[in-house]
Amino acid sequence: MGVSDTRNEAALNAAPLPPGADQDMILRAVSDEITNRGFVIASADKLFNWARTGSLWPMTFGLACCAVEMIHSAASRYDMDRYGMLFRPSPRQSDVMIVAGTLTNKMAPALRRVYDQMPEPRWVLSMGSCANGGGYYHYSYAVVRGCDRIVPVDVYVPGCPPTAEALIYGLLQLQKKIRRTATIQR
Amino acid sequence: MDATDSRQMEQSQAGFLKVIEASLSDLVLAADIHNREIVLRAELAKVAEILLALRDGQALECRQLTDVTAVDWPERPARFDLVWQLLSVRYNQRVRLIAEVEEGEIVPSSVPIFASANWAEREIWDMFGIFFSGHPDLRRLLTDYGFEGHPLRKDFPLTGHVEVRYDDTQRRVIYQPVQLVQEYRDFDFLSPWEGMLGEPDSAADQPAEAEDGETANG
Repeated sequence: MGVSDTRNEAALNAAPLPPGADQDMILRAVSDEITNRGFVIASADKLFNWARTGSLWPMTFGLACCAVEMIHSAASRYDMDRYGMLFRPSPRQSDVMIVAGTLTNKMAPALRRVYDQMPEPRWVLSMGSCANGGGYYHYSYAVVRGCDRIVPVDVYVPGCPPTAEALIYGLLQLQKKIRRTATIQR
Repeated sequence: MDATDSRQMEQSQAGFLKVIEASLSDLVLAADIHNREIVLRAELAKVAEILLALRDGQALECRQLTDVTAVDWPERPARFDLVWQLLSVRYNQRVRLIAEVEEGEIVPSSVPIFASANWAEREIWDMFGIFFSGHPDLRRLLTDYGFEGHPLRKDFPLTGHVEVRYDDTQRRVIYQPVQLVQEYRDFDFLSPWEGMLGEPDSAADQPAEAEDGETANG
Protein backbone atom coordinates (compact mmCIF):
# COMPACT_ATOMS: atom_id res chain seq x y z
CA MET A 1 0.00 0.00 0.00
CA GLY A 2 1.71 3.13 -1.21
CA VAL A 3 0.88 6.15 0.91
CA SER A 4 -0.77 5.24 4.15
CA ASP A 5 -1.71 7.10 7.26
CA THR A 6 -0.37 5.45 10.39
CA ARG A 7 -3.39 6.56 12.39
CA ASN A 8 -5.72 4.72 10.01
CA GLU A 9 -3.55 1.58 10.07
CA ALA A 10 -3.73 1.55 13.84
CA ALA A 11 -7.46 2.10 13.80
CA LEU A 12 -8.03 -0.84 11.47
CA ASN A 13 -5.77 -3.22 13.35
CA ALA A 14 -6.85 -2.46 16.91
CA ALA A 15 -9.87 -3.88 18.67
CA PRO A 16 -13.08 -1.79 18.47
CA LEU A 17 -12.84 1.27 20.69
CA PRO A 18 -15.59 2.02 23.17
CA PRO A 19 -17.44 5.30 22.63
CA GLY A 20 -15.47 8.12 24.14
CA ALA A 21 -12.78 10.67 23.48
CA ASP A 22 -10.45 8.15 21.75
CA GLN A 23 -13.14 7.04 19.34
CA ASP A 24 -14.19 10.61 18.62
CA MET A 25 -10.59 11.48 17.79
CA ILE A 26 -10.32 8.67 15.25
CA LEU A 27 -13.70 9.45 13.71
CA ARG A 28 -12.73 13.11 13.41
CA ALA A 29 -9.42 12.10 11.80
CA VAL A 30 -11.23 9.92 9.24
CA SER A 31 -13.79 12.60 8.40
CA ASP A 32 -10.98 15.18 8.08
CA GLU A 33 -9.22 12.80 5.71
CA ILE A 34 -12.30 12.43 3.55
CA THR A 35 -13.10 16.17 3.48
CA ASN A 36 -9.49 17.11 2.76
CA ARG A 37 -8.56 14.58 0.10
CA GLY A 38 -11.88 13.04 -0.95
CA PHE A 39 -10.91 9.42 -0.18
CA VAL A 40 -9.66 7.19 2.62
CA ILE A 41 -6.91 4.58 2.45
CA ALA A 42 -7.40 1.19 4.09
CA SER A 43 -5.55 -2.10 3.57
CA ALA A 44 -7.40 -3.60 0.62
CA ASP A 45 -6.24 -7.19 1.11
CA LYS A 46 -7.90 -7.27 4.53
CA LEU A 47 -11.11 -6.03 2.99
CA PHE A 48 -10.99 -8.65 0.24
CA ASN A 49 -10.22 -11.43 2.69
CA TRP A 50 -13.10 -10.32 4.86
CA ALA A 51 -15.40 -10.44 1.85
CA ARG A 52 -14.07 -13.78 0.63
CA THR A 53 -14.21 -15.59 3.95
CA GLY A 54 -17.54 -14.10 4.84
CA SER A 55 -19.34 -15.45 1.78
CA LEU A 56 -17.82 -18.78 0.84
CA TRP A 57 -20.41 -20.25 -1.44
CA PRO A 58 -19.78 -23.97 -1.86
CA MET A 59 -20.49 -25.75 -5.11
CA THR A 60 -22.66 -28.76 -4.32
CA PHE A 61 -20.73 -31.81 -5.47
CA GLY A 62 -22.18 -34.69 -3.45
CA LEU A 63 -21.07 -38.00 -4.91
CA ALA A 64 -21.87 -40.57 -2.22
CA CYS A 65 -22.76 -40.97 1.47
CA CYS A 66 -20.52 -38.01 2.42
CA ALA A 67 -23.10 -35.83 0.71
CA VAL A 68 -25.57 -36.69 3.48
CA GLU A 69 -23.16 -35.34 6.11
CA MET A 70 -22.60 -32.28 3.93
CA ILE A 71 -26.37 -31.75 3.92
CA HIS A 72 -26.39 -32.12 7.72
CA SER A 73 -23.82 -29.37 8.03
CA ALA A 74 -26.03 -27.09 5.95
CA ALA A 75 -29.22 -27.97 7.81
CA SER A 76 -30.58 -26.17 10.85
CA ARG A 77 -28.57 -27.98 13.55
CA TYR A 78 -25.12 -26.89 12.33
CA ASP A 79 -26.34 -24.21 9.95
CA MET A 80 -23.58 -23.20 7.55
CA ASP A 81 -25.58 -20.08 6.73
CA ARG A 82 -24.29 -18.38 9.88
CA TYR A 83 -20.82 -18.33 8.25
CA GLY A 84 -22.31 -16.87 5.11
CA MET A 85 -21.97 -20.21 3.32
CA LEU A 86 -24.86 -21.23 1.17
CA PHE A 87 -24.86 -23.96 -1.44
CA ARG A 88 -24.97 -22.89 -5.05
CA PRO A 89 -25.92 -25.53 -7.59
CA SER A 90 -23.99 -23.56 -10.20
CA PRO A 91 -20.19 -23.53 -10.55
CA ARG A 92 -20.24 -20.01 -12.01
CA GLN A 93 -21.54 -18.51 -8.76
CA SER A 94 -19.52 -20.51 -6.25
CA ASP A 95 -16.11 -20.04 -4.61
CA VAL A 96 -15.38 -23.42 -3.07
CA MET A 97 -16.08 -26.94 -4.30
CA ILE A 98 -16.74 -29.61 -1.65
CA VAL A 99 -15.89 -32.97 -3.25
CA ALA A 100 -18.04 -35.17 -1.02
CA GLY A 101 -17.72 -38.85 -1.84
CA THR A 102 -16.22 -41.45 -4.17
CA LEU A 103 -14.90 -39.98 -7.39
CA THR A 104 -15.15 -42.57 -10.17
CA ASN A 105 -13.20 -42.58 -13.41
CA LYS A 106 -16.40 -41.86 -15.30
CA MET A 107 -17.13 -38.79 -13.13
CA ALA A 108 -13.57 -37.39 -13.20
CA PRO A 109 -13.86 -35.38 -16.47
CA ALA A 110 -17.17 -33.92 -15.27
CA LEU A 111 -15.60 -32.89 -11.95
CA ARG A 112 -12.72 -31.20 -13.76
CA ARG A 113 -15.12 -29.41 -16.10
CA VAL A 114 -17.14 -28.07 -13.19
CA TYR A 115 -13.93 -26.92 -11.49
CA ASP A 116 -12.83 -25.18 -14.70
CA GLN A 117 -16.17 -23.37 -14.85
CA MET A 118 -15.70 -21.84 -11.39
CA PRO A 119 -14.44 -18.24 -11.39
CA GLU A 120 -11.18 -17.33 -9.66
CA PRO A 121 -10.43 -17.19 -6.80
CA ARG A 122 -11.59 -20.75 -6.12
CA TRP A 123 -10.84 -23.39 -3.53
CA VAL A 124 -11.42 -27.13 -3.26
CA LEU A 125 -12.26 -29.05 -0.10
CA SER A 126 -11.88 -32.81 -0.32
CA MET A 127 -14.29 -34.52 2.04
CA GLY A 128 -13.94 -38.11 3.26
CA SER A 129 -11.56 -41.01 2.68
CA CYS A 130 -12.73 -41.74 -0.86
CA ALA A 131 -12.13 -38.20 -2.10
CA ASN A 132 -8.86 -37.92 -0.15
CA GLY A 133 -7.20 -41.06 -1.50
CA GLY A 134 -9.68 -43.56 -2.83
CA GLY A 135 -10.42 -44.86 0.65
CA TYR A 136 -12.24 -48.16 0.72
CA TYR A 137 -12.14 -48.30 -3.09
CA HIS A 138 -8.44 -47.51 -3.41
CA TYR A 139 -7.74 -50.73 -5.32
CA SER A 140 -10.88 -50.61 -7.45
CA TYR A 141 -10.71 -50.55 -11.24
CA ALA A 142 -13.25 -47.76 -11.44
CA VAL A 143 -12.28 -45.22 -8.75
CA VAL A 144 -9.86 -42.27 -8.84
CA ARG A 145 -7.29 -42.69 -6.05
CA GLY A 146 -7.82 -39.24 -4.61
CA CYS A 147 -9.55 -36.26 -6.19
CA ASP A 148 -6.23 -34.33 -5.98
CA ARG A 149 -5.28 -36.22 -9.16
CA ILE A 150 -7.98 -34.23 -10.94
CA VAL A 151 -8.18 -30.84 -9.14
CA PRO A 152 -5.82 -29.00 -6.74
CA VAL A 153 -7.09 -29.50 -3.19
CA ASP A 154 -6.80 -26.92 -0.39
CA VAL A 155 -8.24 -28.76 2.61
CA TYR A 156 -8.60 -32.49 3.25
CA VAL A 157 -11.25 -33.58 5.76
CA PRO A 158 -10.62 -37.16 6.96
CA GLY A 159 -13.36 -39.58 7.98
CA CYS A 160 -15.65 -42.19 6.49
CA PRO A 161 -17.85 -40.22 6.36
CA PRO A 162 -16.60 -37.17 8.30
CA THR A 163 -19.16 -35.77 10.71
CA ALA A 164 -20.91 -32.51 9.94
CA GLU A 165 -18.77 -30.87 12.65
CA ALA A 166 -15.63 -32.12 10.92
CA LEU A 167 -16.74 -30.61 7.64
CA ILE A 168 -17.49 -27.27 9.28
CA TYR A 169 -14.10 -27.40 11.02
CA GLY A 170 -12.53 -28.00 7.61
CA LEU A 171 -14.38 -25.02 6.16
CA LEU A 172 -13.21 -22.83 9.06
CA GLN A 173 -9.65 -24.02 8.38
CA LEU A 174 -10.17 -23.01 4.77
CA GLN A 175 -11.30 -19.56 5.94
CA LYS A 176 -8.11 -19.34 8.00
CA LYS A 177 -6.06 -20.32 4.96
CA ILE A 178 -7.76 -17.66 2.83
CA ARG A 179 -7.15 -15.02 5.50
CA ARG A 180 -3.46 -15.96 5.54
CA THR A 181 -2.99 -15.39 1.82
CA ALA A 182 -2.50 -11.63 1.61
CA THR A 183 -2.74 -11.49 -2.19
CA ILE A 184 -5.51 -10.15 -4.32
CA GLN A 185 -4.69 -12.31 -7.31
CA ARG A 186 -3.71 -15.96 -6.95
CA MET B 1 -42.92 -65.99 11.37
CA ASP B 2 -44.12 -68.87 13.54
CA ALA B 3 -43.90 -72.55 12.65
CA THR B 4 -47.40 -72.93 11.17
CA ASP B 5 -46.93 -69.92 8.89
CA SER B 6 -43.66 -71.26 7.66
CA ARG B 7 -45.20 -74.70 6.97
CA GLN B 8 -48.08 -73.11 5.07
CA MET B 9 -45.63 -71.13 2.97
CA GLU B 10 -43.68 -74.26 2.18
CA GLN B 11 -46.83 -76.11 1.27
CA SER B 12 -47.99 -73.43 -1.09
CA GLN B 13 -44.48 -73.25 -2.48
CA ALA B 14 -44.49 -77.02 -3.02
CA GLY B 15 -47.88 -76.64 -4.68
CA PHE B 16 -46.51 -73.93 -6.92
CA LEU B 17 -43.57 -76.16 -7.81
CA LYS B 18 -46.02 -78.95 -8.72
CA VAL B 19 -47.82 -76.59 -11.09
CA ILE B 20 -44.48 -75.65 -12.66
CA GLU B 21 -43.49 -79.30 -13.02
CA ALA B 22 -46.84 -80.14 -14.56
CA SER B 23 -46.69 -77.43 -17.20
CA LEU B 24 -42.92 -77.26 -17.85
CA SER B 25 -41.70 -80.82 -17.28
CA ASP B 26 -40.55 -81.24 -20.88
CA LEU B 27 -38.68 -77.88 -20.87
CA VAL B 28 -36.71 -77.79 -17.62
CA LEU B 29 -33.82 -80.07 -16.65
CA ALA B 30 -34.49 -79.85 -12.93
CA ALA B 31 -36.97 -78.17 -10.60
CA ASP B 32 -36.24 -78.15 -6.88
CA ILE B 33 -36.63 -76.14 -3.70
CA HIS B 34 -33.23 -74.98 -2.37
CA ASN B 35 -33.18 -73.01 0.88
CA ARG B 36 -36.94 -72.46 0.60
CA GLU B 37 -36.57 -71.01 -2.90
CA ILE B 38 -37.79 -72.53 -6.15
CA VAL B 39 -34.87 -73.13 -8.53
CA LEU B 40 -35.29 -74.31 -12.11
CA ARG B 41 -32.42 -75.38 -14.34
CA ALA B 42 -32.78 -75.39 -18.09
CA GLU B 43 -30.98 -75.47 -21.42
CA LEU B 44 -30.27 -72.03 -22.80
CA ALA B 45 -32.23 -72.75 -26.00
CA LYS B 46 -35.42 -73.37 -24.00
CA VAL B 47 -35.17 -70.30 -21.77
CA ALA B 48 -37.36 -68.02 -23.90
CA GLU B 49 -40.08 -70.65 -24.02
CA ILE B 50 -39.90 -71.21 -20.26
CA LEU B 51 -40.04 -67.48 -19.50
CA LEU B 52 -43.13 -67.16 -21.70
CA ALA B 53 -44.75 -70.14 -20.02
CA LEU B 54 -43.98 -68.79 -16.55
CA ARG B 55 -45.32 -65.37 -17.50
CA ASP B 56 -48.54 -66.48 -19.17
CA GLY B 57 -49.16 -69.91 -17.65
CA GLN B 58 -52.39 -70.63 -15.84
CA ALA B 59 -51.84 -70.68 -12.06
CA LEU B 60 -48.29 -69.31 -12.53
CA GLU B 61 -48.53 -65.69 -13.69
CA CYS B 62 -44.91 -64.72 -12.98
CA ARG B 63 -45.51 -61.30 -14.49
CA GLN B 64 -42.49 -59.64 -12.98
CA LEU B 65 -38.85 -60.22 -13.89
CA THR B 66 -37.08 -58.72 -10.89
CA ASP B 67 -33.52 -59.38 -11.98
CA VAL B 68 -31.29 -61.01 -14.54
CA THR B 69 -27.72 -61.65 -13.51
CA ALA B 70 -24.82 -64.01 -14.17
CA VAL B 71 -22.23 -66.01 -12.25
CA ASP B 72 -18.70 -66.75 -13.46
CA TRP B 73 -17.31 -70.25 -12.87
CA PRO B 74 -13.93 -70.14 -14.66
CA GLU B 75 -13.13 -73.79 -13.93
CA ARG B 76 -16.27 -75.10 -15.65
CA PRO B 77 -16.45 -75.86 -19.41
CA ALA B 78 -19.65 -73.82 -19.68
CA ARG B 79 -18.25 -70.83 -17.89
CA PHE B 80 -21.28 -68.75 -16.93
CA ASP B 81 -24.58 -69.27 -15.18
CA LEU B 82 -27.30 -66.90 -16.32
CA VAL B 83 -29.90 -66.36 -13.62
CA TRP B 84 -33.43 -64.98 -14.05
CA GLN B 85 -35.42 -64.05 -10.94
CA LEU B 86 -39.18 -63.99 -11.39
CA LEU B 87 -41.99 -62.96 -9.11
CA SER B 88 -45.63 -63.99 -9.25
CA VAL B 89 -47.49 -61.24 -7.45
CA ARG B 90 -50.76 -63.16 -7.91
CA TYR B 91 -49.51 -66.20 -5.97
CA ASN B 92 -46.78 -64.51 -3.89
CA GLN B 93 -44.11 -66.87 -5.17
CA ARG B 94 -40.63 -66.34 -6.53
CA VAL B 95 -38.92 -68.52 -9.14
CA ARG B 96 -35.26 -68.64 -10.07
CA LEU B 97 -34.28 -69.94 -13.50
CA ILE B 98 -30.66 -70.88 -14.18
CA ALA B 99 -29.07 -71.72 -17.54
CA GLU B 100 -25.44 -72.44 -18.34
CA VAL B 101 -23.73 -70.32 -21.00
CA GLU B 102 -20.36 -70.91 -22.61
CA GLU B 103 -17.90 -68.09 -23.20
CA GLY B 104 -18.65 -66.38 -26.52
CA GLU B 105 -22.05 -68.01 -26.81
CA ILE B 106 -24.78 -65.67 -28.06
CA VAL B 107 -27.85 -65.52 -25.87
CA PRO B 108 -31.27 -64.57 -27.26
CA SER B 109 -32.44 -61.45 -25.44
CA SER B 110 -35.47 -61.69 -23.18
CA VAL B 111 -36.43 -58.04 -23.67
CA PRO B 112 -39.34 -58.98 -25.99
CA ILE B 113 -40.78 -61.04 -23.12
CA PHE B 114 -39.91 -58.80 -20.16
CA ALA B 115 -39.08 -55.12 -20.76
CA SER B 116 -37.26 -55.02 -17.41
CA ALA B 117 -34.56 -57.26 -18.87
CA ASN B 118 -33.24 -54.30 -20.88
CA TRP B 119 -30.86 -52.72 -18.37
CA ALA B 120 -30.19 -56.04 -16.63
CA GLU B 121 -28.86 -57.48 -19.89
CA ARG B 122 -26.86 -54.33 -20.52
CA GLU B 123 -25.29 -54.77 -17.10
CA ILE B 124 -24.50 -58.43 -17.81
CA TRP B 125 -22.89 -57.44 -21.09
CA ASP B 126 -20.90 -54.79 -19.26
CA MET B 127 -19.80 -56.92 -16.32
CA PHE B 128 -19.46 -60.41 -17.85
CA GLY B 129 -19.23 -59.88 -21.61
CA ILE B 130 -22.17 -62.14 -22.44
CA PHE B 131 -23.69 -60.97 -25.74
CA PHE B 132 -27.44 -60.82 -26.17
CA SER B 133 -28.90 -61.01 -29.68
CA GLY B 134 -32.04 -59.02 -30.42
CA HIS B 135 -31.44 -56.53 -27.61
CA PRO B 136 -32.65 -53.05 -28.65
CA ASP B 137 -29.65 -51.10 -27.29
CA LEU B 138 -26.80 -53.27 -26.00
CA ARG B 139 -24.35 -50.68 -24.64
CA ARG B 140 -22.27 -50.74 -21.48
CA LEU B 141 -24.32 -49.61 -18.49
CA LEU B 142 -22.05 -48.84 -15.53
CA THR B 143 -18.37 -48.65 -16.47
CA ASP B 144 -16.50 -45.71 -17.97
CA TYR B 145 -16.89 -44.65 -21.60
CA GLY B 146 -14.40 -46.64 -23.65
CA PHE B 147 -13.81 -49.11 -20.83
CA GLU B 148 -12.07 -52.34 -21.84
CA GLY B 149 -12.70 -55.71 -20.21
CA HIS B 150 -15.51 -57.16 -18.13
CA PRO B 151 -14.89 -56.51 -14.43
CA LEU B 152 -16.97 -59.27 -12.81
CA ARG B 153 -15.12 -62.01 -14.68
CA LYS B 154 -12.87 -63.79 -12.20
CA ASP B 155 -9.80 -63.26 -14.41
CA PHE B 156 -10.23 -59.46 -14.47
CA PRO B 157 -7.59 -57.83 -12.23
CA LEU B 158 -9.08 -56.00 -9.25
CA THR B 159 -7.32 -52.72 -10.02
CA GLY B 160 -8.06 -52.84 -13.74
CA HIS B 161 -5.67 -51.66 -16.43
CA VAL B 162 -5.93 -47.85 -16.54
CA GLU B 163 -6.31 -44.96 -14.12
CA VAL B 164 -7.12 -41.30 -14.73
CA ARG B 165 -5.41 -38.05 -13.82
CA TYR B 166 -5.57 -34.43 -14.98
CA ASP B 167 -2.76 -33.46 -17.33
CA ASP B 168 -1.73 -29.81 -17.02
CA THR B 169 -0.11 -29.58 -20.45
CA GLN B 170 -2.97 -31.21 -22.38
CA ARG B 171 -5.50 -29.49 -20.09
CA ARG B 172 -7.74 -32.53 -19.87
CA VAL B 173 -8.25 -35.75 -17.92
CA ILE B 174 -6.07 -38.48 -19.40
CA TYR B 175 -5.80 -42.26 -19.00
CA GLN B 176 -2.56 -43.97 -18.06
CA PRO B 177 -1.52 -47.50 -16.98
CA VAL B 178 -2.18 -48.27 -13.31
CA GLN B 179 0.74 -47.48 -10.99
CA LEU B 180 0.13 -48.54 -7.41
CA VAL B 181 2.19 -47.03 -4.61
CA GLN B 182 1.49 -50.08 -2.46
CA GLU B 183 0.39 -53.54 -3.61
CA TYR B 184 -3.00 -54.80 -2.62
CA ARG B 185 -2.82 -56.71 0.67
CA ASP B 186 -5.33 -59.38 1.62
CA PHE B 187 -6.01 -59.64 5.34
CA ASP B 188 -8.76 -62.20 4.91
CA PHE B 189 -7.03 -65.17 6.56
CA LEU B 190 -8.42 -64.45 10.01
CA SER B 191 -11.91 -63.51 8.91
CA PRO B 192 -14.47 -64.57 11.51
CA TRP B 193 -17.10 -65.01 8.81
CA GLU B 194 -15.49 -67.96 6.99
CA GLY B 195 -17.37 -70.56 9.05
CA MET B 196 -20.79 -69.29 8.00
CA LEU B 197 -22.15 -71.77 5.47
CA GLY B 198 -25.87 -71.10 5.74
CA GLU B 199 -28.40 -69.12 7.65
CA PRO B 200 -27.54 -68.84 11.36
CA ASP B 201 -30.48 -71.03 12.41
CA SER B 202 -30.19 -73.64 9.67
CA ALA B 203 -28.85 -77.12 10.39
CA ALA B 204 -26.35 -76.85 7.53
CA ASP B 205 -23.74 -74.80 9.36
CA GLN B 206 -23.72 -76.68 12.65
CA PRO B 207 -21.01 -79.19 11.62
CA ALA B 208 -18.95 -76.29 10.30
CA GLU B 209 -19.21 -74.53 13.64
CA ALA B 210 -18.02 -77.70 15.38
CA GLU B 211 -15.00 -77.79 13.04
CA ASP B 212 -14.29 -74.15 13.78
CA GLY B 213 -14.39 -74.91 17.48
CA GLU B 214 -11.83 -77.68 17.02
CA THR B 215 -9.44 -75.48 15.09
CA ALA B 216 -9.83 -72.70 17.62
CA ASN B 217 -9.05 -75.12 20.45
CA GLY B 218 -6.22 -76.88 18.63
